[in-house]
Amino acid sequence: MHFTKDHEWVEVVGDIATVGITGYAAEQLGDVVFVEVPDVGKTVKQGDALAVVESVKAASDVYAPVSGEVVEANGQLSDAPETVNAVPEAGGWFAKIKLSNPAEVDALMDRVAYEAFLSSL
Amino acid sequence: MKAGLAAPSPFGAQSVSDPDLKKTPLYDAHVAAGARMVPFAGYHMPVQYKDGVLKEHLWTREHAGLFDVSHMGQARLRGENPAKSFEKLVSADYQGLKPGKQRYAVLLNAQGGVIDDLMTARPDDDGLFIVVNGACKDNDYAIIAKALQGEATVERLEDRALLALQGPEAAAVLTAHVPQAASMVFMDTVALTAFGTDAIISRSGYTGEDGYEISVPATEAERIWNTLLEDERVKAIGLGARDSLRLEAGLPLYGHDMDETVSPIEAGMPFAVGKSRREAGDYLGADRIAKELAGDLKRVRVNLKVLEGAPAREGAEIADETGAVIGVVTSGGFGPSFGGAIAIGFVPPQFAVVGSTLKVIVRGKPQKAEVVTSPFVPTRYVRKI
Repeated sequence: MHFTKDHEWVEVVGDIATVGITGYAAEQLGDVVFVEVPDVGKTVKQGDALAVVESVKAASDVYAPVSGEVVEANGQLSDAPETVNAVPEAGGWFAKIKLSNPAEVDALMDRVAYEAFLSSL
Repeated sequence: MKAGLAAPSPFGAQSVSDPDLKKTPLYDAHVAAGARMVPFAGYHMPVQYKDGVLKEHLWTREHAGLFDVSHMGQARLRGENPAKSFEKLVSADYQGLKPGKQRYAVLLNAQGGVIDDLMTARPDDDGLFIVVNGACKDNDYAIIAKALQGEATVERLEDRALLALQGPEAAAVLTAHVPQAASMVFMDTVALTAFGTDAIISRSGYTGEDGYEISVPATEAERIWNTLLEDERVKAIGLGARDSLRLEAGLPLYGHDMDETVSPIEAGMPFAVGKSRREAGDYLGADRIAKELAGDLKRVRVNLKVLEGAPAREGAEIADETGAVIGVVTSGGFGPSFGGAIAIGFVPPQFAVVGSTLKVIVRGKPQKAEVVTSPFVPTRYVRKI
């Protein structure tokens, strides 16, 4: 699993990256009450807005940690947005992206580096 | 993801490291309880504790929530007849305010816009006791002092804290410490000895629940806060839930649903203009307000239930069924007790018909919304014992 400084995580299997927000982000955000996932077929560049996650108080953009085409979105989140709080780094994923530039993943932090980044905040 | 982590709207315009931020007498208690502190109205304030906004909101609706609202301004207006001079600035009847009572009003500008909303009470013989919004207090005091010049004075009570105990179990909790609280009804305010100190207690609040606001000396605040929290029915609740509670109660928030361009009639609060004052027309902005009371309104407040999609937040446009933009959302979010997205906004009166359908535009997407009555969740004020 790889991580961004904006608290997204990426897990790559073959050329498909599953994307979500980290446990730290989910905790900071508080109770998630609404999630807007991207449409399948949408093409994103690294850093583009990919999804929106809303807590009771605020809406936050989730940025694409990698470039590519959205091949699957987590439709379950529309009925159960609280999944993002319950299992942020598993069932609370937002989208699967077919990588157009796999090298982007290598430039992201690994878990050790991300934990170190968190402790520096 | 970025926006929501550092700055959950509408809190957090400043940074928590800002050295100008003030602390309430309960700051240490909040930090010790694991509160997430944010800058609000120039103070370090708890936006939530460990349970989070959703649970804190629901706890208040079911039990009793304890809020630190010490950032709000408390002052005494003293003099020969402070109510008389004060009435020049406000729309409520304060000369007719009976001892032991409190009344809501708005401070008006010459155009009938709202400079602030405030509570004024006559808790004892010591003039009037006012509570104003924290972010507005310096400006309010300056305006009031100018209007009272030569007749009465504004004495800021900076050495006092303000706690709000809100929820269906608030009365039982407070009565255990303050027996007199049991006989009070909504908007009663008394000065008395409570918790071994001098207190001013009103049966009011801004959550839609029954409850009390309790003004005590700053030096006693933490002791009283902890005493109330010893009761298992009471939990400390942050500003996040305070905002969702007041939104569900259909209560407008100054700086969002009201500002210097919005009149109290547009904001859906004709009760803020006293009957005797309407007849006399002797307050700032009376021309506009009289016209609006007679039905000549360009825009009115509307309560919206968002039927599909994301919550509509402050700033989202409101459109009619053809897609033409007709107004804007001034407060919005998720109502935990309501169980869905709700919003307050402003539209021309012909669109404010309960039961009709409008659109809210969230991130470019028009979503269906229905005009509903206020409040979103029934209020539980105790008007009779």
